[in-house]
Amino acid sequence: MTDTTSETPKTSGTNGHSAPPPSTGEAEASHAAAHDHDHGANGHDHGHGKFPHLAHHFDTPQQQFDAGKLGIWLFLVQEVLFFAGLFCAYTVYRAQNPEIFVYAHYHLDTTMGAVNTCVLLLSSLTAAWAVRNAQLGEKNKLVVNIVITLLCAFAFLGVKYKEYSHKIHEGTLWGHHFNPEHELWELDSFKGKHPEAAELAEKISAIQYEGQAKPSRGNDAAPKAEPVAAVAAGTSPTESKERRIQRLLMKAPEEAIHPLVAAGIIKHDVLSTTGLERPPTAHIFFGIYFFMTGLHGIHVVAGIIVWFWMLTKARKGQFGPNYFGPIDYAALYWHLVDLVWIYLFPLLYLIH
Amino acid sequence: MADSKAPSSHDSQDSHGHGLAHTTPVWLLVGILLALLFLTVVTVGVTALDFGADGNLIIAMVIATIKAGLVVTFFMHLAWDKRFNALAFAAGVLFLILFLAMVVADRGEYKPYVDRYGEKYPFKLK
Amino acid sequence: MATTTTTDFASPVPSATDNYLGNEKGILSWLLTLDHKRIGVMYLFSVLASFALGGLFALLVRAELWTPGPTLPRVDADMYNQFFTLHGAIMVFLVIIPGIPAALGNIILPLQLGAKDVAFPRLNLMSYHVWILGACFMLLSLVMGAADTGWTFYTPYSTMTETAVIPAAFGAFVLGFSSIFTGLNFIVTIHKMRPKGMTWFRMPLFVWALYSTALIQVLATPVIAITLLMLIVERAFGIGIFDPALGGDPVLFEHFFWFYSHPAVYIMIVPAFGVISEIIPVFSRKAIFGYKFIALSSVAIAILGFLVWGHHMFVSGQSTLAGTIFSAITFLIAIPTAIKTFNWLSTMYKGRIHLETPMLYALAFLWVFTIGGVTGMFLAVMSVDVHLHDTYFVVAHFHYVMMGGSITAFLGGLHYWWPKAFGRMYKESTSRLAAVVVFLGLNLTFFPQFILGSRGMPRRYYNYLEEFEGLHQLSTIGAFMLGLGFLITAYSLLTSLKKKFDAPANPWGGTTLEWQTASPPPYYNFATPPEVNRGPYDGYDTLEYDEKIKGYVPTKA
Repeated sequence: MTDTTSETPKTSGTNGHSAPPPSTGEAEASHAAAHDHDHGANGHDHGHGKFPHLAHHFDTPQQQFDAGKLGIWLFLVQEVLFFAGLFCAYTVYRAQNPEIFVYAHYHLDTTMGAVNTCVLLLSSLTAAWAVRNAQLGEKNKLVVNIVITLLCAFAFLGVKYKEYSHKIHEGTLWGHHFNPEHELWELDSFKGKHPEAAELAEKISAIQYEGQAKPSRGNDAAPKAEPVAAVAAGTSPTESKERRIQRLLMKAPEEAIHPLVAAGIIKHDVLSTTGLERPPTAHIFFGIYFFMTGLHGIHVVAGIIVWFWMLTKARKGQFGPNYFGPIDYAALYWHLVDLVWIYLFPLLYLIH
Repeated sequence: MADSKAPSSHDSQDSHGHGLAHTTPVWLLVGILLALLFLTVVTVGVTALDFGADGNLIIAMVIATIKAGLVVTFFMHLAWDKRFNALAFAAGVLFLILFLAMVVADRGEYKPYVDRYGEKYPFKLK
Repeated sequence: MATTTTTDFASPVPSATDNYLGNEKGILSWLLTLDHKRIGVMYLFSVLASFALGGLFALLVRAELWTPGPTLPRVDADMYNQFFTLHGAIMVFLVIIPGIPAALGNIILPLQLGAKDVAFPRLNLMSYHVWILGACFMLLSLVMGAADTGWTFYTPYSTMTETAVIPAAFGAFVLGFSSIFTGLNFIVTIHKMRPKGMTWFRMPLFVWALYSTALIQVLATPVIAITLLMLIVERAFGIGIFDPALGGDPVLFEHFFWFYSHPAVYIMIVPAFGVISEIIPVFSRKAIFGYKFIALSSVAIAILGFLVWGHHMFVSGQSTLAGTIFSAITFLIAIPTAIKTFNWLSTMYKGRIHLETPMLYALAFLWVFTIGGVTGMFLAVMSVDVHLHDTYFVVAHFHYVMMGGSITAFLGGLHYWWPKAFGRMYKESTSRLAAVVVFLGLNLTFFPQFILGSRGMPRRYYNYLEEFEGLHQLSTIGAFMLGLGFLITAYSLLTSLKKKFDAPANPWGGTTLEWQTASPPPYYNFATPPEVNRGPYDGYDTLEYDEKIKGYVPTKA
């Protein structure tokens, strides 16, 4: 290999400067698409006849591969810290306001989350397998594995699309857009897990909204504000409502009350509960949810673009034992996207 | 490329197996996937059991970390990669933890002030 | 020589087609170049242009403060807020952060490593293009009603103000990626592209400094990226993480912001340490004192720098416990910094000091940076900070460090490597004059601000009490003097570009690798890949000055 090294500058010297061959001349330098052309205007990537994919400033394919590998790992470090802000925001709010996470996770579909987890794990396998194929120069298997990875990526986005559109329909969105169609105790996910609690909540809400139409969507402040106002005014029917709610709560078993307290629907101090209310900052969960999954989704889209690029390269049969770096780097990136999801799934969907 | 020790001093170690890096056998890859899927089932199943809010969170995070460890070690070849790459990634995770720990700890400390303010001016979404 | 490379020192100027400046022509040969030197040169001129713009805003701020209340016609308090915001944002994100690493580092780092290029030339070019994109967003913000939040973008004000916060924040977000790419590239280059014989402890200290900087760039910058993205989303969609009007926590933003922005001040100052470590031994004709300590103290500063961000938040709602921890760790930073300063002084001790322009800047740096650093220690004490927080004392402190430290070192490095990068010698007397004017202007601008601050003059105020007028006017005079110094510098450097190549390969007698190739270097940097068999600052006695070529050549045996 020492030969190649000492040869390189000489070769490059002649190619690049004193006597430029036609292929690296001026015409091409001004060609706008020069970046598409692997042999750019400056004659990078030439001068290694033995290894067509070896860039001029590296001595050996090993050096080039190791440099690329360190580069992609540093990029992944950067990605980890990029997601850090969101994980940090998540942790702070989860630590300080656990009830909004309990409340909100019932609005998420665990099955869809689990399916997406499996889809991403499968794609991680095919990505890792693709690296093996590239290393061994198995062109056809490589193409198949990349295609499966791509299909998984699209499946993931498809499921995500279904989840998002469901949430838009349900009004479980961020900030001022948070205006849920269904109250917690009306959700199947809640009913299934805590039937007694759902029943109790149903009864309380029946008393709470007795004699008034259940506030329709769009009338945000109504559900809790009105009974409270009535209490303040000291009108007797509301007082009796309050007492009836208290009586219900006192009779109710612990397993009916606990889930409602945990979700912030009734107050920790049960005896001061006058009705059901949503945790006031519940929308922050959805802010974090959409931001985290959205950013993750953007990474999936970026991964799809990268895999399509790799697919075209793979179909040309460019990869082999001396040149498989790009597939390896793409796979590493893809695994990181998977890693983020491995944490997002329990953090967002599996809250107890 | 066994003879590919470059004349420059880059910290290359001897690579194993084919070409420039280690090649992972198929049985291992598939085995890891099966383990990951199994752990996914476990983590979903375990939410049905009650270990307390913290207990369930810790279990979920431990399982997630085992899964992440499997992906990093085998799918991402860190088991056979240069140690500096592993160090770099570990540094990233370490700084993530540092960031998280300090911010969460501080937020816990000044929480009383926020709570007092919240009692005085209860928050309501308009 | 430290290498087996044989450069023809007698005829150092390469032919027009061979040197990197002339080997290709046309604007696209620059914009699409993969050559680290050309990318560095583009960075250099972009950074200098931004510096002029940021400096203009600084002069506007200072001119407005000539008298209490309105001074300049048609500049009201709101516009004043925009001025200092733009000054801060431009100087931080567009000038100081890319200044030494991306501009000087790009040109010099591969040369000092004897490499043909950085590890990822395309990424390097992309980093520049991304920088331009970020700069465009910054300018867009200027046109769309410049942000008035201060460069820190603190919530909740930044979610409430009517001004164009989103373009400015997005600009900073994009610039962050440019910085990350540069850092990533440098780390890989330093790890994988060192020449034969160059062990870690034979690397020049500038390389060590850039390495430490790059670590911070890769580890901290993504956090500001996500923070700014969250701020943008907060403003655009109202997700409620930082916005108290939605139940969010604005103190969280400060944590996020300073987790990056404190390490970022080390992104700004550590490369400056590297430049000073290069200049001082060369102009003292003596090997650097305590090489390993200087090298490792850079890394120590980089790591400790991550643990102190809370000292920006002593009075911003952070808990006392966290404040105490952050305060204690902040004191620790003084140790590696002092190690460097003492080693530089020891290097000069009994050296043969040559007072050429780069050395003048290095000496200015030592003076100014020490003042900046020591006043930083005052501010690290919580009880003192409660009084001095948000006063001109803080302004003076960080200008002594950023302006006095980073910019002085940047100018020193610029003069030191200018002959190498452009192949021309500037007029020494003019540049020396400029260095003196800059040094005096700097102290005149910022020293009165220490007094102002300790007497209670708050920062970022449009109006002030009449008793402060005299000190404010001194500061304003100093600012215009600084501006004059920069104009003289620009004149001196730019006029040199009109000359023919006249710089020798080694005008200062440096022993690091970049002085062993022609000025300007050929496209491939070195005729043959260099090999290294000794430390970077050994062998000043093997060089002698040659009157004929006005540069140093190896002593004839």
